[in-house]
Amino acid sequence: MYKNDRIFNYIGHVLMLIVTVMTLLPFILLISSSFTDNDAILRYGYGFIPSVFSTFAFEWLFITNGEIILRAYGISFLLTILGVILSIVITTPLAYGMAKQGLPLRKIIIMYVFLTMIFNGGLVPTYLNYTQVFGLKDTFWALLIPNLLTNGFFVLLMKSYFATSIPNEILEAASIDGASETRIMLQVAVPMAKPIIATIAIFVAINYWNDWLNGFVYLARRTDLASIQVLLNRIMQNVQVLQQNAAAIGGEAAVGLAQTPIVAVRMAMAVMGVLPIVLVYPFVQKNFVKGITLGGVKG
Amino acid sequence: MTRVKVKKKTNWRRFIPVYLMMLPGLAYFFINNYMPLPGIMVAFRRFNAQLGIHGSPWVGFANFEFLFATQDAWIITRNTILYNTAFIIVNTVLAILVAALLSELSGKLKNVYQSAILLPNLISTVIIGYLVFAFLSAESGFINNTVLPFLGISPISWYTEPSYWPFILILVNAWRGVGYGCIIYLATLTGFDRSYYESAMLDGAGRGKQFLHITLPLLKPTIIMLTLLSIGRIFYADFGLFFQVPMNQGALFSTTNVIDTYVFRGLVQLGNISMSAAAGLYQSVVGFILVLFANVVVRKIDPDSALI
Repeated sequence: MYKNDRIFNYIGHVLMLIVTVMTLLPFILLISSSFTDNDAILRYGYGFIPSVFSTFAFEWLFITNGEIILRAYGISFLLTILGVILSIVITTPLAYGMAKQGLPLRKIIIMYVFLTMIFNGGLVPTYLNYTQVFGLKDTFWALLIPNLLTNGFFVLLMKSYFATSIPNEILEAASIDGASETRIMLQVAVPMAKPIIATIAIFVAINYWNDWLNGFVYLARRTDLASIQVLLNRIMQNVQVLQQNAAAIGGEAAVGLAQTPIVAVRMAMAVMGVLPIVLVYPFVQKNFVKGITLGGVKG
Repeated sequence: MTRVKVKKKTNWRRFIPVYLMMLPGLAYFFINNYMPLPGIMVAFRRFNAQLGIHGSPWVGFANFEFLFATQDAWIITRNTILYNTAFIIVNTVLAILVAALLSELSGKLKNVYQSAILLPNLISTVIIGYLVFAFLSAESGFINNTVLPFLGISPISWYTEPSYWPFILILVNAWRGVGYGCIIYLATLTGFDRSYYESAMLDGAGRGKQFLHITLPLLKPTIIMLTLLSIGRIFYADFGLFFQVPMNQGALFSTTNVIDTYVFRGLVQLGNISMSAAAGLYQSVVGFILVLFANVVVRKIDPDSALI
C-alpha cells in the first residue's frame, strides 16, 4: 500500500508539472519574444528561446520613446490606486449599514443593492447615460467611475462578512459606552473587517489594472489618457497607433519611425502590462484565493 | 407605550449618520445601475444624437424585426449558447480532475501548481490576445514558423479561417478558467472528512474507485450549484475573450461573434445605436429570465447557494 502511494504521488506530480508548464508556456513565449531581435522575429517567428537576443524593444520603449510607456503607466497606477481607495470608501459604509441590526428600511436597501446584480441596462443605455447626461466622454472619470462598484456583488460580500463575522454584542457594547455610529464603524467594525476589505481591494485593483474596455468606449479623442491596457488594445486594433503616438508626442520618436521594431515592441509592451500583476501576485495570492472561495458559489 | 415611541424616535436620529455614510454607495448604484434603465427604450426608437434618447422618433419593434430578419441574430445566439455550454462542460471536468489530483498530492510543490494555474485568471484579456497572437500570427506566429514546418504542414492563416476558432476559444478559455474552478472544488474537497477515504482504502478500493464513489458524490452538490448558476448566465458571453482573442477579425465572425461583441460593435464601431440596443435588450430579457429560472432551481436544492 505504501509503495503504491509513492508511485501515485510521483505520477501525480509529473502530471501537475506538465499542467503547470503548459499554463506558463504562453508567458515564456511572450517574454522570450520581447527579448528577440525584431528582424529575427520577422524571419523566424516568435519563439521560446530568442533566436537573436536583443534588448532593443525595451530600449525603444524606455529610452527612445519613454514618454509613451511612462504616461500610460502613470495613468494605470493613478487609476488603480484611486479606484481601490474610492471603491473601499464607498463599499465599506454601505455594507456596514446594510448589516446593521434594527436599521429602518434595511430590507429595502438590501433589495435595492441586490437588484443591481441581476439586471442592468446593458452597454448602450449605460454609455448614453454617462456620455449624454454626465459628459464623461474623453475624460479621466470615464476610466474611473463605471468600474467603481459595477454591481452590488462586493457590497453584499462585505455585508455578509459584517453580519456573520463581527459579533453584534461588541457593536452593542460600544454603543452602550456612548460611541457614535460613525465611531463604532471606523474604530470597531472596520478594524475587524480588514481581511474582507483586503480581499475586495485586491479584486478591485486587478479589475482596474486590467480594464481596457472603458478606455476603448469612452476615449475617442483624448488618446493621451490611455492606460497601459488601453494603449495595448489600441495597438492591437491598429498597429499604426504606436507610430502615431510617437509622432504626436514628438521628439526623437519621429526620427526612427521607419525602423519601429513593432513586432518585438508589441510583445515588450505586453510584458509591461502583466509585470505588475506577476510581481504583486505572490503577496496577494492568499487573499485572492480566499476571495474566490468566498464568492465562488455566488459569483 | 410612550417609552416605545421615544425609543423609536431616538433610533431614527441615531441612524442618521449611518444613512449619510451609505449615501455615496446608494447614489452610485442609482447613477450606474438605475439611471440607464429608461435608456433601454432606445431599442424602440431610431436614435438620433441631436434629439437624445427620448426625443428620437419611435419606431416600435422595427429594430427587432430588422435584427431577427438577418442571419446575425441566429448566429450570435447560437454562438453564445454553444460556447458557454462547451465552456461549462470542459472547464468543470478539467477543474474537478485537477482539484481531485491536487488534493491527493503531498509536498510543497502543491502551492506552486496552484499559483501557476490560477495566474491566467489575473491577466487582462488584451494581453491574452497578445499571447494567442504570438502563437497564431500568420507571419511570425510560433505555430506557423516552428510547429507546422516541423510537422511538414504548410502555414495556416489562423485569423481568416473561422473553422478553427471553436477549438481555439475553448482551449484559451480552459487555460484561463480551470484554475479558478479548481480553487472552488479544492476548497470543497479539503473540507471533507478523510475517514471516508481511509475506510475505502481498508476495503481495498483503488484511487479510481475512490474518485468515482467518494470524491464525485461528495462534490455533487457543488458541481450542480456552480453549473446551474453558469446556465443562468449562458446568455452572457465573456466579452473580452471573444473580442480580443480573435482580434476583432471580420472574417471570423461566423464562429466568434457573440451577443456581447455584436452589441459592442454596433455601438462603438458601426454607430448603429438602436440596433445595438435592440440586441442588448434581447440579451437582458432572455438573460434575466434564465437567471431567475436557474435561481428557482438552485433554491429548491440548496437555499443558501441561491442568489435570490
